[in-house]
Parts: sequence; structure tokens; C-alpha cells
Amino acid sequence: MIHFVLLISRQGKVRLTKWYSPYSQKERTKVIRELGGVILNRGPKLCNFVDWRGFKVVYKRYASLYFCMCIDQDDNELEVLEIIHHYVEILDRYFGSVCELDLIFNFHKAYYILDELLLAGELQESSKKTVARLIAAQDSLVETAKEQASSISNIIAQATK
Amino acid sequence: MNPFSSGTCLRDMIRAIRACKTAAEERAVVRKECAAIRASINEDDQDYRHRNLAKLMFIQMLGYPTHFGQMECLKLIASAGFPEKRIGYLGLMLLLDEREEVLMLVTNSLKQDLNHSNQYIVGLALCALGNICSAEMARDLAPEVERLLQFRDPNIRKKAALCSIRIIKKVPALAENFINCAASLLKEKHHGVLITGVQLCADLCKVSSEALEYFRKKCTEGLVRTLRDIVNSPYSPEYDISGVTDPYLHIRLLKLLRILGQGDADASDRMTDILAQVATKTESNKNAGNAILYECVETIMSIEDDGGLRVLAINILGKFLSNRDNNIRYVALNMLMRATTLGAQAVQRHRATILDCVKDSDASIRKRALDLLYLLVNDNNVKPLIKELIEYLEVSDQEFKGDLTAKICSLVEKFSSEKIWYIDQMLKVLSEAGNFVKDEVWHALIVVISNASDLHGYTVRALYRAFLTSTEQETLVRVAVWCIGEYGDMLVNNVGMLDIEDPITVTECDAVDAVEVAIKRHTSDLTTKAMALIALLKLSSRFPSYSERIKGIIVQNKGNVVLELQQRSIEFNRILQKHPKFRSALVERMPVLDEATFSGRRAGSLPTAISTSSGAPSNLPNGIAKPATAPIPDLLDLSSDDVPAPSFSGGDFLQDLLGVDLSPTPAPSGADMPPKASTDVLLDLLSIGMPLPVQTGLSASDILSSSQDDKAPFVNFNGLASLSSLSANATSPANAAPMMDLLDGRGPGPQKSEENDQAYPSLVAYESSSLRVMFNFSKQRGSPQTTLIQATFTNLSSNVYNDFLFQAAVPKFLQLHLDPASSNTLPASGDGSITQNLKVTNSQHGKKSLVMRVRIAYKTNNKDVLEERQINNFPQNL
Repeated sequence: MIHFVLLISRQGKVRLTKWYSPYSQKERTKVIRELGGVILNRGPKLCNFVDWRGFKVVYKRYASLYFCMCIDQDDNELEVLEIIHHYVEILDRYFGSVCELDLIFNFHKAYYILDELLLAGELQESSKKTVARLIAAQDSLVETAKEQASSISNIIAQATK
Repeated sequence: MNPFSSGTCLRDMIRAIRACKTAAEERAVVRKECAAIRASINEDDQDYRHRNLAKLMFIQMLGYPTHFGQMECLKLIASAGFPEKRIGYLGLMLLLDEREEVLMLVTNSLKQDLNHSNQYIVGLALCALGNICSAEMARDLAPEVERLLQFRDPNIRKKAALCSIRIIKKVPALAENFINCAASLLKEKHHGVLITGVQLCADLCKVSSEALEYFRKKCTEGLVRTLRDIVNSPYSPEYDISGVTDPYLHIRLLKLLRILGQGDADASDRMTDILAQVATKTESNKNAGNAILYECVETIMSIEDDGGLRVLAINILGKFLSNRDNNIRYVALNMLMRATTLGAQAVQRHRATILDCVKDSDASIRKRALDLLYLLVNDNNVKPLIKELIEYLEVSDQEFKGDLTAKICSLVEKFSSEKIWYIDQMLKVLSEAGNFVKDEVWHALIVVISNASDLHGYTVRALYRAFLTSTEQETLVRVAVWCIGEYGDMLVNNVGMLDIEDPITVTECDAVDAVEVAIKRHTSDLTTKAMALIALLKLSSRFPSYSERIKGIIVQNKGNVVLELQQRSIEFNRILQKHPKFRSALVERMPVLDEATFSGRRAGSLPTAISTSSGAPSNLPNGIAKPATAPIPDLLDLSSDDVPAPSFSGGDFLQDLLGVDLSPTPAPSGADMPPKASTDVLLDLLSIGMPLPVQTGLSASDILSSSQDDKAPFVNFNGLASLSSLSANATSPANAAPMMDLLDGRGPGPQKSEENDQAYPSLVAYESSSLRVMFNFSKQRGSPQTTLIQATFTNLSSNVYNDFLFQAAVPKFLQLHLDPASSNTLPASGDGSITQNLKVTNSQHGKKSLVMRVRIAYKTNNKDVLEERQINNFPQNL
């Protein structure tokens, strides 16, 4: 199972963290600092796996962002690489050639997408199309709710004028 | 409206934070934002609740505390609209974890949302439950999740399936409720549901053997069919990844088949065809295909198979190993490691490639390759492989050296057919990476050297040469110093020259120089310096003409700030000055160290939990293990005929001999020494700071006989704590009587207990028809954690007990120190007793009470008797 997902920028800034196993706030900070140090310092040609505290961390760099996932010893590292790529492709499709700034300002969107992709540390959906469709449906639900709210407040505003 | 909350929106806050140039600026911005959010929370401002939470999530990601926002999540979740719930659940998953009690408050909202008419709200609730639910929540909400496994929309079914995984992991007892629903998920066509369903089945098998049996019987056929369909399916753009249809589904199916096939020949048989098909047909030029092959190989290795498939699997791994992609090589090494247990021969073929991987520039690959290579070494290939590894040791990274050294040492030891080869390789390792060599490894080396009498000269010369070239390696210095001390004369006279050796001329002066260098190095630690002092003392008798110079070096340490060194140098100086006639007898060569007991001790002491010294493994527990007590009477009964072969412990013994026991426990007494020759005994006494017998002017045998006269006080010398006071007393013109005084004064047990033991009643710790053990308790002033126990053993039978031995073990939170027993013979019918002092330190004083496991062994009527017992009835508050 995937124990956590980290997105770290090349400068060591955290862009997204998702914990599927319980880590206290203190441990989380420590884990991020420790792994950031290990992963950012690895050369470009080395393999994408790091042994870490009895787990394996699979990471992959996309532009200035490192996508890291921590898995059990007996999990399939190559598949996790594929899952990371899967996530990046969905993000790319959603934002339209995604960049780090998209993920900074719309971090909650990145989380929503991740939640459609992974659950309880396991893969939930292998079809990019399905994920995109589910996210779009939920986004439109939010939009309608907002419109309703604003129209109601308009009505109230007009009524109280 | 609140003046703060109207301020910035999320986007502005992120901009403001990003614009900060320093960490202090960032902290200031965050502090201001947090203050505004708190104010808004206090006002119970509904309009900005979701914006506040979004800000908090961002702040939390930066690593600032955000616990004050937790209740806001709950309020948002409880509100009616989808947007509020969406952000509320996201906040819940980010700001809380399953250990927080606030989480319990959300159970009710979750339950309502799981029954909501809007399927997206159900989805949100399932997602939150799956990611952070605790065991209590799992129990409360399991029925809801179970029902949702049959929901009409597949997207809810797949979420419910993964949520069930979390639930059964938290509460394995719930597994049986899910077995039937999980099995029905396997028949689905929707890939998402199928993937999650297969995963759920795999996890069910892990927690419940009942589930495993069920799926094995009912589902194996179906799973094989599903896998066949997916392997042969035509191109489908939705699931295609570089030419493979849904590799995730492939991998999960293979994983579940592995679990079902393991240990079941019938199920394994049913899946061999499809496995062969996957192994041969999958494209291997892209990562997705390789991921499937990797999983397939693992399944082939795990299931019961005749071997045909395994050859195929090893071939795939061979191909992986020669791949240029580091990732592929990494997983190949990983798999080959598991394959070695099945057939090492097939893996051996790739040995050369694996050796190359040990030297790879990638730390992950290096580590895997080294682990694998370690498993591949055997008698035939050990020499060339070790040669390669040691050569590589010279150029390897610092952080890799530790691992590599440990592996080399372990291999050299395991496969050492000839002593000279072993010594040679160890010397190379010591001079390359001595600082990474563990204590027990160089201890073992010394034992081997001591046993190889024909190689003494060769070894000491080789060490001397190595020492001259590299003085940075601490352990090399130690071993070299020890050998120069012991075999210094052979170094100088070229004794036992081997044909392969280059002749070397070393003068006595050079040898003393070497030891002086060792003692004066700034980097030398206490152990090394202490060993060097002993080596000097030994050299003083080997090279009488340099005696004065050696004295000079020793005297320099008289003012050393480390008590141990100071004391040693004062004592040694004394010996040099006042007792030249004993000196040579005192510092004779060490008796040959017993290899068997040393290795036995090492093997035995490593895995057991009996060790009470919580620290380094080299710090072998003196008082606990059996040898410590037994040999004392041997020492005292030198004259008696029935001296049994002493079974001393290698570790202690060695430390003793080296005189380097710097552990917090009192130095082990001479008790561990074999009674081979009186000089040995003295030598050992010497090393623990007991020059006293020499001071008395008695001959060695006199001392022993005098100590025989009064056994009890002599035994107590193990309790000697303040050695300096002893040294002070020792300078007085003593004879046998004051010595007894001195020793008597040291018997802390009885006196202390008289002062303090009113508080604790004595305890009959053990009573059988043949034996009674009484414990008297007392406390040392000022250390409530430490309890002194005086154990009294009484023989209730009519036969004398010989070789009486009391052992005790305690759990980790306790520390136990055993002093030697007063005797090892227990007279019959309660006609006398043995006493033994124990010191127990309770690190959980006040929380846990003492508990101890004891074992008593003795011989009666030539029969070995062993009694064991756990003692739980200690008085409280000890």
C-alpha cells in the first residue's frame, strides 16, 4: 500500500502531502525534511527508488516538481512509477499542461484529483477519462451551488433595496 | 463584520506568502493570517468558513500548527451543501489523523452522508472514511460500507471496496462480513471496481485464512479467466498504457493469484498456463510492460511449480539485469535475492553482473547488489569475490563502507578455511576501513590470532607494517598494539618467518615507538590508550633495556583526566618501580583464548533478550550469564582435585584479558579466568586494578592460599567499586591481614541491608522440596530506582549440591547486575547456605514492579538438575 504521497519542489518546498498511514504532525515534518534531503540530492541518472526506514520511496521528477510515494517493501516499484505518471497525466489534462504554479494556487484541486485516484493507499481508478469525468461533475455541482447562492443573495439584495 | 476576515482571499494569501523573501517574513504573514482566521472562527462567521479552511490547509502544508481549525472542518461537514462538505472533508483528511479524538465527533455526520441521496456526497464520505478512519469508526460504520458495495453506481462501489480494506485492516474480525460481497465484485466488468475488488480480496486473504480458502476454491478459475481476457483484449484507448491494456489490473490480478497459489499445488496448477502466457507475451520495452513482467516473475517464484516456469522467470530477470535502465536493474536485484532461496545455481550465472552492480554509482543499486552477492558467496567463489570486494573497499564512498565492511568481515569469518587467509583479509579490511569494524569482529580476530601459534610472528610483523602506513584506523591500532604487546619479542627477532614474508628489521626501540605513537595519537580513544598502556607494561619485560623509557611513557599518564588511565598508569608504574621480580611473571604471554566458547558466546548472546546492559552489544552482560558465577570457587579451590573445566565466557574473558572493560558495570573480577596458572590469575587481577596482592609481598600462590582461608570476603571483591581507595590502601605495607580488612570493608551487601531493609519484607522467591531461595531487599540512599537484593539459597534435601549456579533474566525496563555467589557448593539439609547479591535498576520505577525469571542449576548425586521459575510477587514500589 502507499503510505504517503509527497510533492516537493526542487527548492524543497512542499506542494502537496497526503498521508494514508497515521503520522503525527511532528513525524510528518521530520519525514518531509529527511526525504527531501535524500531525494533532492540524488543525481539525475540514478534509479527512482530509495530505501528508507524499511520502506521504499519511489520518486519521479517532472520539471521542477518531485512526486514521491512511499510503499511497502514487497510492493511493485515499477507500477508505482506508472501510478505517478498516471496522476501527472490527469493533472495535465485537467489544468491544460500543468505547471507548479497551478498546483500552488489550486492545491485543493490537486487533492480532489488525488482522492479520485487513490483511496486508503490503493489505486482506485485506472481510467483517466473516468477520473476527469468525476471531477468535472463535482466541479459543476459546486458551480451550480455558487450560482444559486449568488442569485439568492441578489434576490435578497434586491428585496431589501 | 469582522475587520480581519474581510481581508484577503486564498489567492492573495498564497501570493503574499510567496512574496516573502525570508523565513521570518513568511512567519509574520502566516501569523497575521492565523490571527485573522482565529478571530473569524470565534465570531462563528459562516460566509468565510470554507475560505478560512482552505487557507488553513495551505498553512498546514507549510508546516505550521493548525489544530484550531479542526472544529471548522466538522462544522463544514455538517452543513448541507456539496461545496461546503467537499472542502470540509478535504480539511478533515489533511488537518486530522486517526489518533485525534475530535475525529469521533464526525462519526455521525459520516453516517448520514453515507446514506445521502447525492452519490457524490456519499463518495466524499467514503473517501474520508477510507483515508482516516479509526478502529472505533470502522466498527460503527462497517454495515454502511458493506451495503454500499452493492450501490448502483460503480464509482461508489469501488470507493466502498477500498474503504472496506481500511476497515478490515483496522478490525480484522470484520473480515468475514466482506467475503461474499468481495467475491461478487470479482465478476464486474468496470475496471475500477474490478481493480479495487481484487485488491480487497487480496487484503482479505491476508487477514483471514477463511477468506483465503474461500477465494482459492471459488474464485481461482474466474480470476484466471479475467486475466486471460485482459491479456488478449483488443486495443482500448481508455485503459491503454504504452501498448498494454490496463497494467494496473494485470498487476493486481497477478498479485491475488500469487496469494491463492502459494502453498496450494492445485490452485498453482490452474494458473501456470496463463502465467506462462503473460511472461512470454508481454512487451518489455516500456515501463508498464516491465512492471507486469516483474509482478509475474514474483508470482512464478512464489507459487508451487515444477520448475519449468521458474527457468523462464530467472531468464526474464537476467534480461532485466542487463537492461540499461537503473530502475529495471534495481528490481531485478531485488527479485534475484528472493530467487536465491529457490535455486542459487541459476542466480550464480549472473554473479559477474551483480558484482558490477556493487560498484554502481547508485547507492540503492549498490546496497541491493551487495545484499544479493552476500547470499551468493560459497566455498568455491569466496576468494576471488572477497578480493574484489576488498579492492573496491579502497575506492567506495564513506557511507557505503560501513555496510561493505560488515559484509566482508562476516563472509571472511564464515568461509575462513585457512587462518592465514583470514588474518590477511582482516588486516586488509582493518587498514582500509578499520573505523567501520565492529567490536566483536576485532575481538574475534584477536581470538583467532591467539590460537594460531605458528602465525604469531607473521601477524605481528604484518600488523606492524600496516600500523606504520595507516594510523587513522582505530581498530587496526588496537589489534596492532595488542599483538605488539603480546608478541613484541617475535617482532624484533623475526621469529617464525614464513617464506612468503619480506624480511623486516625492527629494533626494540621501534616497537616501543609504535606503541608510544598509539598512546599519544589525539584520535585514540580510551580503549586504545588503555590497551597501549598494557602493551607497554608487557614490553617492559620483553625488552628490559627499554624499561626506563617505558616507565617514562607510563608516568606521563599519571595525571590523565580519565580516571581509568590515571589509575592504570599509577599502578603499572608501581609494578615497574617496586616489583621487578614479579614483573616478568605478571606479564607473561596470554594463554590461548578459547575459540569455541568465544564464538558460542557470540552466537548465543546476540539474539537472546537476556542482555541487561541496554547499550552496545560489545558490552556483554557480566553478571547475568552463567559463566560469571561458576568459576569463582574454582579459583579459590585451586588445590582441590575436582576442578571442573571452567566454562568462561569469551566476550567477558577477552575484555578482561585486554583489561579494557570500561562498561558501567563494575569490572569483572578475576573470577572469569581459568585457573591454569597462577600468573594468569594475577595478570587478570592486575588488569582490573588489583595490584594489592603484589603489594603484600606474598608470592602468588600464597595469595591464593590465603584467600582460600576466608572465602567470603575474597568473593566480595567483585563488588569493589572505588578502586582508587583500594590503590591508596594498597600502598601501606600490607600483609594478608589488612588485605582481608580491606576486602571485608567492601562487602556492601549485609551492612547496607541492615540499615535499610525494614521497609521491605523478605520474600521467599522460590521454594521446592529441595531448595529454598530467600530475597532480602534494600535500597541505596538517593537512588530509589535501584534495589539491592541479597539472595540466600538453602538446600532442603539431604544431598550436597555441587556446581550450584543461579541465573536471572529481567525484561527490558529493568537492568540487572549479579555479583558472584559466595560458593558453588551447597551443603545438605540446610546446613549452611549460599548468598549472592543482585542489583536491579528499575527504569519504570513507580509504574511497574519488578519481575524476574530465574534458573537454578546444580549437580546432586552426579545428576544435573535444572529448576526454572518466574518471580512475580516482588513487593510493590521496588
